[in-house]
Amino acid sequence: MALDKEIVARIAKLARLEITESDLEVMSQELSQILSWIEQLEEVNIEGFEPMTSVVKMDLKVREDVVTDGDQADDILANAPERKDHFFVVPKVIE
Amino acid sequence: MAESRRFLQGATGDWELVIGLEVHAQVISEAKLFSGASTGFGAAPNSQVSLVDAAMPGMLPVINQQCVSQAVRTGLALGAAINLESVFDRKNYFYPDLPQGYQISQYTRPIVGKGEIVIDLEDGTSRKVGITRLHLEQDAGKSLHDQHPTKTFIDLNRSGIALMEIVSDPDMRSAEEAGAYVKKIRSILRYIGTCDGNMEQGSMRCDANVSVRKPGKPYGTRCEIKNLNSVRFLMRAIEYEAARQIEIIEDNGRIVQETRLFDSDRVETRSMRSKEEAHDYRYFPDPDLLPLRLKAEWVAKLKAELPELPDEKMIRFVEQYGLSADDASVLVSELDRADFFESLAKGRDPKQAANWVIGDLLGKLNKTGTELFAAKVQPEQLGKLLDLINEDTISGRIAKQVFEEMFETGKDAADVVKERGLDQISDEKALKGYIEQVLNANADKVAEYKVGKEKLLGFFMGQVMRATEGKANPKLVNKLLQSRLSKED
Repeated sequence: MALDKEIVARIAKLARLEITESDLEVMSQELSQILSWIEQLEEVNIEGFEPMTSVVKMDLKVREDVVTDGDQADDILANAPERKDHFFVVPKVIE
Repeated sequence: MAESRRFLQGATGDWELVIGLEVHAQVISEAKLFSGASTGFGAAPNSQVSLVDAAMPGMLPVINQQCVSQAVRTGLALGAAINLESVFDRKNYFYPDLPQGYQISQYTRPIVGKGEIVIDLEDGTSRKVGITRLHLEQDAGKSLHDQHPTKTFIDLNRSGIALMEIVSDPDMRSAEEAGAYVKKIRSILRYIGTCDGNMEQGSMRCDANVSVRKPGKPYGTRCEIKNLNSVRFLMRAIEYEAARQIEIIEDNGRIVQETRLFDSDRVETRSMRSKEEAHDYRYFPDPDLLPLRLKAEWVAKLKAELPELPDEKMIRFVEQYGLSADDASVLVSELDRADFFESLAKGRDPKQAANWVIGDLLGKLNKTGTELFAAKVQPEQLGKLLDLINEDTISGRIAKQVFEEMFETGKDAADVVKERGLDQISDEKALKGYIEQVLNANADKVAEYKVGKEKLLGFFMGQVMRATEGKANPKLVNKLLQSRLSKED
């Protein structure tokens, strides 16, 4: 499957990545190559195989419904570029 | 049934409204869906956030067993199929209150599949509404837009709390049906204790998919309306949106599929254009989580342990207490209301108890905007009032006055009666005195009565009641009056 520049630009936008016009060309070629390489997997006959969800046979780990975490607002906010009291502060995003 | 499915009138004739609803219900649990942080409401900002909820690099989600159990119980209560294997997916989008950059949700393989509930309409009819699915997902954090002119404040306390998204089939045909659906879902969730159903606090939220079509034609293009935080707003928004769509189509316009925001101040919906781009969520299975597998025996055990549901309770109220279906339906619609009635009816006349709860108590709660749990009159207090009526200490009419004061002050019925001297007068001598007074003052009417105008008995009754300020025992007055009037010939 080939990805044209338009699709690459859209993917970049959805991922909030800035890509220059010249990079779009390179990216679309590289991504197309990666996809066609992965498409080789489609040649394998997987009829009758369950999808493998883990390399080891195990069940999803669960936790008890107990509060064990929290009360660390300063740690949570430690890397925030901007904060006020214990809120994160970001540019206004209201509709 | 045809009544509630009536069509909307446009310039070009009939239009049918088609509504599907998504209800987001916050799961009642101590800790969050994938972390050990608390779910408590109203805590200091970012005080209930684990490193998982803040999406710090390298943190891994571990699912909370209780949230799974709550989702399964809800599915069972909605008469839905439980999927013994389900999968968590990532729904990718950027928003400041979503630190992961994706929401862990369920897409192709939800935990609960198809179900069905019965909704009850104003005219006494009921309708079935299909449930498409229920899935588990994380709630996002909270954005506060009103703290600063150019900034948004973010609190992640809500981030990661478990939500159940309950999706209906597009089975509703009027705003009333949509309202009844949300009320029924809320009632069921409250009965089984999986969500508190509090729409004002946002622990239950609702989005509506609305479209219109000519009767019998395929579905029209739908719009999704968000920000509906009460049943009343939901109904208003649907009515507005239906009118808007009909007008556009009749003006030869075309409906654009989009997300619209309900503005409750202006009572209108408006486009959220900035969200359109974001509709490409690029779902894929979350590699941090294995499929969720449930044991059939465990599901069966949860099913066996479910409490009595509203529809079952209604049937029991009709059979056990001899109530009308209408009365039973009003009583069971809220669990605390049904419980109130049952404790009141214990050892008393159930119909009298139902009348007082539905007529007097609910009327007063509505008028004063009080919640039942906060009312000063609880079953024990109201019960004592009914006992005073049934013991002939006070008349039904006086009881209404006593109830008013009890509701205001929380006083005991007996105290109110004593303080205000409202005891029923059952002393024959005293009553005879009042009767003589009344008859002497109305000698002309007494003469008319004696020549056959027996209807006047009611007039005399009324006069005696008035003279005693409503306190006379009516049965006794009636008896005494009759014997007094027949004697004197």
